Amino acid sequence: MAPDKLVYMANQIATFFKSQPDNEGVKGVANHISDFWEPRMRKQLFDMIAKGNGDFHPLVLKAAPMIRKVKETA
Amino acid sequence: MSLIKEVDYGTPAKNSEKTVTLTIDGKDVTVPEGTSVMRASMEAGIQVPKLCATDMVDAFGSCRLCLVEVEGRNGTPASCTTPASDGMVVRTQTDRLKKIRKGVMELYISDHPLDCLTCAANGDCELQDMAGAVGLRDVRYGYEGGNHVQVRQNGEENPRYMAKDETNPYFTYDPSKCIVCSRCVRACEEVQGTFALTIEGRGFESRVSPGMHENFMDSECVSCGACVQACPTATLQEKSVIEIGQPEHSVVTTCAYCGVGCSFKAEMRGEELVRMVPYKDGKANRGHSCVKGRFAYGYANHKDRILNPMIRESVDEPWQEVSWEEALRFTADKFKGIQAKYGKGALGGITSSRCTNEETFLVQKLIRAGFGNNNVDTCARVCHSPTGYGLKTTFGTSAGTQDFDSVEHTDVVILIGANPTDGHPVFASRLKKRLRQGAKLIVIDPRRIDLVRSPHIEAVAHLPLRPGTNVAVLTSLAHVIVTEGLFDEAFVRERCDWDEFQDWAAFVSDPKHSPEAIADMIGVDAETMRKAARSFATGGNGAIYYGLGVTEHSQGSTTVMAIANLAMATGNIGRPGVGVNPLRGQNNVQGSCDMGSFPHELPGYRHIQDSATRDIFEDIWGVKLDDEPGLRIPNMLDAAVDGTFKGIYIQGEDILQSDPDTKHVAAGLAAMECVVVHDLFLNETANYAHVFLPGSTFLEKDGTFTNAERRINRVRKVMTPMNGFADWEVTQNLARAMGLDWNYTHPSQVMAEIAATTPSFANVSYDLLEREGSVQWPCNAKAPTGTPVMHMDGFVRGKGKFVVTEYVATDERTGPRFPLLLTTGRILSQYNVGAQTRRTENSAWHKEDLLEIHPHDAEQRGIREGDWIRLASRSGETSLRATITDRVAPGVVYTTFHHPGTQANVITTDYTDWATNCPEYKVTAVQVSSSNGPTEWQVEYDRQAEQSRRIKPRVDAAE
Ligand code: SF4
Ligand code: SF4
Ligand code: SF4
Ligand code: FES
Repeated sequence: MAPDKLVYMANQIATFFKSQPDNEGVKGVANHISDFWEPRMRKQLFDMIAKGNGDFHPLVLKAAPMIRKVKETA
Repeated sequence: MSLIKEVDYGTPAKNSEKTVTLTIDGKDVTVPEGTSVMRASMEAGIQVPKLCATDMVDAFGSCRLCLVEVEGRNGTPASCTTPASDGMVVRTQTDRLKKIRKGVMELYISDHPLDCLTCAANGDCELQDMAGAVGLRDVRYGYEGGNHVQVRQNGEENPRYMAKDETNPYFTYDPSKCIVCSRCVRACEEVQGTFALTIEGRGFESRVSPGMHENFMDSECVSCGACVQACPTATLQEKSVIEIGQPEHSVVTTCAYCGVGCSFKAEMRGEELVRMVPYKDGKANRGHSCVKGRFAYGYANHKDRILNPMIRESVDEPWQEVSWEEALRFTADKFKGIQAKYGKGALGGITSSRCTNEETFLVQKLIRAGFGNNNVDTCARVCHSPTGYGLKTTFGTSAGTQDFDSVEHTDVVILIGANPTDGHPVFASRLKKRLRQGAKLIVIDPRRIDLVRSPHIEAVAHLPLRPGTNVAVLTSLAHVIVTEGLFDEAFVRERCDWDEFQDWAAFVSDPKHSPEAIADMIGVDAETMRKAARSFATGGNGAIYYGLGVTEHSQGSTTVMAIANLAMATGNIGRPGVGVNPLRGQNNVQGSCDMGSFPHELPGYRHIQDSATRDIFEDIWGVKLDDEPGLRIPNMLDAAVDGTFKGIYIQGEDILQSDPDTKHVAAGLAAMECVVVHDLFLNETANYAHVFLPGSTFLEKDGTFTNAERRINRVRKVMTPMNGFADWEVTQNLARAMGLDWNYTHPSQVMAEIAATTPSFANVSYDLLEREGSVQWPCNAKAPTGTPVMHMDGFVRGKGKFVVTEYVATDERTGPRFPLLLTTGRILSQYNVGAQTRRTENSAWHKEDLLEIHPHDAEQRGIREGDWIRLASRSGETSLRATITDRVAPGVVYTTFHHPGTQANVITTDYTDWATNCPEYKVTAVQVSSSNGPTEWQVEYDRQAEQSRRIKPRVDAAE
């Protein structure tokens, strides 16, 4: 998907979880993306973060290591 | 099979706890206090002659046919208006009564045409029946005197005669046959709540009249048909009965239009549908219906229906009709080829909210078990996916909490982002009835919907908020309730997580959420806000009903959670009369969600990553399931544009018309190698399809629909599928062509599989539905006949969860280029993308989509009523005609999206709900200016559509 759109979606999620109390935020973002994003989307997210691309919300960057990994498929 | 004749008890049932016992014609009968003598007699099996009484409306006591004698009382009271009392001794047939009744009937018949043999109601006329019942043998008066029957009287025009009114496309009004029993007038008032009919004049001069002596079409009438159903004679009569004749058998089934899920008797003559009559025992509609369900079934045999499968290599070629076998083989080959070349994840499918639960279940099964991925989604994505997410998070289940009967116990209603008189008409009628009994209504909607002010109804508050500010408004209502100490502490302590409540209460109490602080931003004054909050918190049983105006926003899920917070804080969950009630759009949108249509969930809302759930299905299906969430519709389209998603099976949805940002959808579809559309008509999406599989209508199949109250209703086949197969059979045949060994012979077997795999359906079976009529899930060992009200003894998730709902303004903002906010909706006579209703006479009410614009904004732009205007957003532009109205606030414009020519979704943007990707239909920044007609895009679109719809007839190979 268009990189901007992906960043936008991730940041929208972060914006919601940022407002949750008790630092549920990082976990919230990580779980939400793990639960709802298809591997292709997660892979693109990881790739972009790894390359330092995209203007991600800090919460997304913090959550990234906790997001479910993408299995290598044949 | 025979014609189902429901017993007419004459007057409505009373539900008083106290009973009385009386004797009627020597039989003892015990009835609830307040029951009429007429109804009590009927319960004792004795039918008192009657004309002006029927149990759908309150008794009026005008015909004097139902007289009885009561021991110890003088005279002959009317049994329909006399309440039964303890110890009463009633006689229904005496010489005196017989004589009076004959006299009454003689008078009626003397002013009634005697063309019984050729009358459309012949065989179904209560006047005829009563003449027979009282033994009327001759009539002493002729037509010489005043009458309403003769066109000419003594060589002159008869001033009393009125010609037939045939303006309504579905029924006629023939005043010469009217007995002025006023059943129609009462039905319109009490059942429908429209007050379109009156009795004008007095005595012999009195006549039924729509509005102020108008014809039906020009009156307020919304064509619900309640009056037609109530009419004892042929005065108000379905045109279909006039044309075809009386039905000979009937089958109970469920309306396939909206989420109310009305039960109907499909009254048949052979395989021809004569009429649809709402079923009294239908627990969603209680004998009522709207114009769509009752009358708009003509699409079922419309000439546009496609009955033969068709294929083509490329979408610029014309369609080629082929055999089913060939079409399925073509599809299976393409699909397999795509997966071989691009990988397993390159295929997906979309289930339909119009098809049955069983059909939806099979489509997701085909995708998960056959395609081997979870790329399945459904049109609920674009409407109520935030409901699922929001209610699951806060309460623990993805569904509304009540049944529709609940509204009868409600004292104060918040209606937010829903327009039930148009979207959910039968629920609206039930709500209006309750409002007329004194319940209070608070409307939160940018537009002044009809319910804000209609006959005998006035909302206590209308909050005409700026589109997109729902979360701010709801949080601020909560602010008032918490800071003024109006919340239900006992409930919250007992039922909810108290720590989470406190976090939430602290959040909403922040002065920045006060009505005063946000008044300018939301466009609603603080006093109205406070009044609304107080009414809701202190008004008794409070229920919240909401629609797409809540979900279709970038903060849709947050809004649903804000609604749940409000209900919990005020203790309005877990008993009749309260609750959170999403008004679901399409007939089976609840069901399609329940059946595992979402890419991350197996049936019953269980996450695909949960291995215990996968095990259950893997066992029965004998395959390994992918444990990764699949692509959602917008993601599929993105992936298609990226080149990794190549084939799709779409059952009964028209994503090109219904989904936002048409250009993006078109680009996604155009990038695929095999688009399979399974539908009744060549819909807009089919312009980009390579395979067309003809679908069947709800009249042609067995199955179940689940309505907005979680009610599982039976759909029953009344005619042979014109296309040859019910939709579930088509999916099964496709699965077989793909190499799956499926052998269902009846949808009941699919339901058995659903019950075996899904705990909330564990007890559901066709046998149970046969016995109970319908059940509401959860239906299992704990609730063997279903669950009308949820969360009665605690929330499904345990403790109710309060969620902090920070308002985040949408990025869709007005500015100098696009200074107005567009919001979208629907109207009564049309349904969704209109594919069905546009193919019925319903178009008499809504020929085109119109843009509503406030007089102030119109004047600034030099726009007059009916002008063609250009509507532009950053996504695209279209043109349509304008109508000027102050229903919308200045700065806001509104339109519907029922007609493909309008292309309202060329305008909508690709912004979506943060949690579910539900598109933000309800807010788009636009500009409106004058125009001369269709835009270039519309012209080009029409050209492409026409090009793409060409069909080459089938050439059968010579044998
Ligand atoms: S069709 Fe419905 S709205 Fe119209 S007059 Fe009859 S009852 Fe009233
Ligand atoms: S139109 Fe039918 S229901 Fe209405 S008053 Fe006449 S006979 Fe009665
Ligand atoms: S469209 Fe809805 S309200 Fe109308 S008859 Fe059908 S289910 Fe009932
Ligand atoms: S039926 Fe009772 S007065 Fe008409």
